[in-house]
Amino acid sequence: MLTRAKRAGAKEAGFELKGAGARVIRSWVVRHLQSFFFSLGLMARAPFATLLTSAVLGIALALPGGLYLLLDNVNRVTGNWDTGGRISVFLKTAESDAAAEALAKDLSSWNEIARVRLITRSEALSEYRSMSGFSEVLDAFEDSNPLPAVLTVEPTLEVQNPSRMKDLVARIGELPQVEFARFDLQWLKRLDAIVEIVLRGVYLLAALLALGVVLIIGNTIRLGIENRREEIEIASLFGATNAFIRRPFLYGGLIYGLFGALIAWGILSLGFALLKPAVARLVSLYGGGFELAGLSGAGILALTMSGATLGLLGAWVAVGRHLSGTAPE
Amino acid sequence: MIEFHNVTKRYRGGVEALRNVSTRIDAGEMVFLTGHSGAGKSTLLRLTTLVERATRGHIVIGGHNLSRIPPRKIPLFRRNIGVVFQDHRLLRDRTVFDNVALPLVVSGHGHSEIGRRVRAALDKVDLLGKEKQFPMVLSGGEQQRVGIARAVVHKPPVLLADEPTGNLDPDLSKEIMGLFAQFNQVGVTVLIATHDLDLVHHFGNRVLVLRNGQVVDGQW
Repeated sequence: MLTRAKRAGAKEAGFELKGAGARVIRSWVVRHLQSFFFSLGLMARAPFATLLTSAVLGIALALPGGLYLLLDNVNRVTGNWDTGGRISVFLKTAESDAAAEALAKDLSSWNEIARVRLITRSEALSEYRSMSGFSEVLDAFEDSNPLPAVLTVEPTLEVQNPSRMKDLVARIGELPQVEFARFDLQWLKRLDAIVEIVLRGVYLLAALLALGVVLIIGNTIRLGIENRREEIEIASLFGATNAFIRRPFLYGGLIYGLFGALIAWGILSLGFALLKPAVARLVSLYGGGFELAGLSGAGILALTMSGATLGLLGAWVAVGRHLSGTAPE
Repeated sequence: MIEFHNVTKRYRGGVEALRNVSTRIDAGEMVFLTGHSGAGKSTLLRLTTLVERATRGHIVIGGHNLSRIPPRKIPLFRRNIGVVFQDHRLLRDRTVFDNVALPLVVSGHGHSEIGRRVRAALDKVDLLGKEKQFPMVLSGGEQQRVGIARAVVHKPPVLLADEPTGNLDPDLSKEIMGLFAQFNQVGVTVLIATHDLDLVHHFGNRVLVLRNGQVVDGQW
């Protein structure tokens, strides 16, 4: 009896519920690297399945990425146009250059008007001649210049609202020297509104596809957990912590997300390379200097980060679901 | 070392696998746990490894009341116990070495220490030459010895075995039980669930008999 009790005391002192302390901290980096390469190794052992999953993720990430690029380019185009709101004032052709200059001077003294630029009839003519296709038409008029002088009126900032702008355009239009005044920004505003709607659509689509990425990765990781259920059970019975079990799967999700982002980048670059010459041709026909913008460094970073984050999230959901089912009842 | 105080385990659906079980296994003891299938042997082992918790009563192992161990401490608790299974449950896609190393890997031991201790454990079960092989190419007895090496590699004070000889012929069974006795001689507390009564009598250790979820014989 006594020896039994003695042995009991000695043994029970050896029964520890403490972690390995300093050893754990020292090997923390090593263990993370191990998990990372372990997950990478598992994927490398099934390259086709890995490629397939990554390709699906890549497409899911490329779709909103591509639409975002498109909108970014549309914004850059319309941003090049002056959205400040200018009024084009066409004078009667009978008005002389001197009269036009006098009117310009008069208008620039108005409170509502910040600046006035005069394009005289001869200036207008030479400008039109320089544009291809118009010179022959103008030649038909021989010596008489059919073009009116134009004043470009830039209102002050306070006038930049629809109703006051309308009043100003009407007042200028009523001047005797003026044939008509036009404020032609309505279509630009409509375009802005359309872009805004499309942008919201892209956000919605991006949110749905992000959810898709989470679910795809979650499901892939879930299958991985099923395949390694035995291993997880044994490791857990021998004292593996949830963090230990979770870690390789989280790295798996992260790597899938990164691969997906890489493939999405490839898809976007390919699409960009295919579109760029066509867009350049179109732009040259309009005589513009616009160039299609591809993914910026920040864009690539954002794509990579979203892929990694969504992958991690998907894996976390899948492993969390599994682990919550293993706690003892 | 292992104490059960009025422990009842009732599963969902009302089945009582253990009924008011009180028993005690001292440190350094080797005890056989017998009974028909369904008598509660596996339940008792699952409660001991905190795979499940008791419905009523409490279990004290190594001075720790299991009902007071929070979920996040369960892994640390389990590192003090070695488990051997009937179907040995080795991982087929890992070598013998990697299988045995698992308990050390999960508790974060260093590379060189793992190598040293795995080889020591394999030496004890006489399988030192097979560390690079995969479990599938080993015989049933060898596979179970790998399972035992894995259960003792982290030097746990308690060793549990659930029908460790269930799939082996009598000679191999004796050999396996002999291994458990060896570990017991160096101070490990051993609890072996088995229905092989011949073997139990051959070794002559204390026997706990379970019937319908109650301890009917072998009370300490």
